[in-house]
Amino acid sequence: MGINWIYPEHEVVRNRDRCINCRVCERQCANEVHEYLSEHDKMVCDDAKCVNCHRCVSLCPTRALKIIPSGNTYRPNSNWTNRTINELYRQADTGGVLLSSMGCPQRYPVYFEKILLNASQVTNPSIDPLREPMESKVSLGARPRDIQRDENGRMINNLPPQISLSMPVMFSAMSYGSISYNAHESLARAAQELGILYNTGEGGLHEDFYEYGANTIVQVASGRFGVHSAYLNSGAAIEIKMGQGAKPGIGGHLPGTKIVGDISRTRMIPEGSDAISPAPHHDIYSIEDLRQLVYSLKTVTGHKKPVIVKIAAVHNVTAIASGIARSGADIIAIDGFRGGSGATPTRIRDNVGIPIELALASVDQRLRDEGIRDNVSIIVGGSIRSSADVVKAVALGADCVYIGTSALMALGCHLCRSCHAGKCNWGIATQEPQLTRRLNPDIGHRRLVNLMNAWRHEIKEMMGGMGINSIESLKGNRSMLRGIGLNEKELEILGIRHAGE
Amino acid sequence: MKKIYVNEQWCLGCRLCEYYCAFAGTGERDMARALAGMKIHPRMRIEEKDGISFAVSCRHCKDALCVKSCITGALTVTDGMVAIDQDRCVGCCTCVLVCPFGAVASTAHGVMQKCELCVQSSAGTPACVRGCPNGAIVFEERGAAR
Repeated sequence: MGINWIYPEHEVVRNRDRCINCRVCERQCANEVHEYLSEHDKMVCDDAKCVNCHRCVSLCPTRALKIIPSGNTYRPNSNWTNRTINELYRQADTGGVLLSSMGCPQRYPVYFEKILLNASQVTNPSIDPLREPMESKVSLGARPRDIQRDENGRMINNLPPQISLSMPVMFSAMSYGSISYNAHESLARAAQELGILYNTGEGGLHEDFYEYGANTIVQVASGRFGVHSAYLNSGAAIEIKMGQGAKPGIGGHLPGTKIVGDISRTRMIPEGSDAISPAPHHDIYSIEDLRQLVYSLKTVTGHKKPVIVKIAAVHNVTAIASGIARSGADIIAIDGFRGGSGATPTRIRDNVGIPIELALASVDQRLRDEGIRDNVSIIVGGSIRSSADVVKAVALGADCVYIGTSALMALGCHLCRSCHAGKCNWGIATQEPQLTRRLNPDIGHRRLVNLMNAWRHEIKEMMGGMGINSIESLKGNRSMLRGIGLNEKELEILGIRHAGE
Repeated sequence: MKKIYVNEQWCLGCRLCEYYCAFAGTGERDMARALAGMKIHPRMRIEEKDGISFAVSCRHCKDALCVKSCITGALTVTDGMVAIDQDRCVGCCTCVLVCPFGAVASTAHGVMQKCELCVQSSAGTPACVRGCPNGAIVFEERGAAR
């Protein structure tokens, strides 16, 4: 065993007065934290194995369990924090790259929390969404520059292909493989019921889900897994994934152990082989190359489906977005540095990329300045946590937002950030049949629908308060935003004034 | 008639149903107080083998063998539900022997017990159905009884 360098991060606390030894915790923990000692008729647990996913806490029928920080600490040091020291020990032990999951949890500013919304008083009436019409529909795609008329003077419909959504929220790309079949089914069914879209991610589309095509965005990533003509034509839109907020600049790696059965078939790669998405698309080294892929995809689909290009929010995001807006793409999706992932190197997740609020504001402004804002719609993702974030994002210039983490949380995710271990106790980020069955899509899709309906109500309430009765009127309406505790430069980039101004 | 059905596809084998069932019979308000240190005698049992699990409870057969075989008339069919009158049960276990589902079992005090769809409680929905974390146990109408 040698020296045990790292003390467990969490402690599982069992209230012996409330525990009835029903062993539900033991049966439900894939990490084998809990154990029943029959000779002593009592439950014991090994804190070191606990990932703090709260499965046992949530299922304990007597509320006998809770999980708290273990509290063990090295000598306090503002520079060498417990986390920094533990990570160093771990690497000295293994010699490996540190892996993490989900979005960056570090203490960087959350600009959404430093932006406040406006409301009407006295001189301009607010609107009650329960009594008056309020439009939450949005349409994504390029807008025609000119009105064209035929020889009789009638308008020619020159509207490029659009996506129509009942509200400005979609489920972001999460591949079949990184999440389970049941998670995908929950997302697909919820999207259909809500009149929004979900996204296949880069793992192809399981044949069972082609029926949800009208509510599906099919993704084409650098690994080109599961991409074929029928796949491209099955969705409502095609997304080219150039980057991901959780890991800008690097590709993906789904271990061979997860490439089993249907996942192998869907991805069109042999069972047991690692699914490696290269960091770049090997055929894209310029905007011109990107344009070729955009038009290849449009050709395959008869120019009937909008093409989305998804990028991570990085330093030069404005210039990149400007290029994409000229590439023939219909929609740009930007993923902020807080965006989630099923597995990402810790150092990349926590140190690469920029906040989505700043990326969105600067991209929207740049495209306006260049007169090409109507060439594309903008979708933003990377930690949209509530309806307030949606409203702020739309007011900063987004046409729509992507939610990934929030959607998974509706399905049970407790942000334990252990997806890469493949033993998700909530049946989401795993392919083990005993675990995936824990997510019943009948329940999962209902919870997603509930969440989105709740957000839609709140969005309407907030818009009504501002005296706005449609998403279109809120879009890019930065006069409805004020910064709080932001410096001049931040306000300038966000294009908003400070509270009190 | 509404009955309890199990979709084994979604059964996790967590056995919460057994505990909610046992708790439902206690009349206590707090499960910890009701069941701490107790051996439970639920009217529903999880059967599991080779990664498949499902909860087994009375099917409320139309032509119930247990009712036919009961020597004291303790078992009756009431409104389509097989009910047991524990005051009349003498604990002969004939019903246990004849039930093809293994859905009748003895209590700690000798007489038999079986699922009576929580009709004694005022909840409306049986406790196992409400307690199942994955919607595997449902209480619904499914055509004619066999």
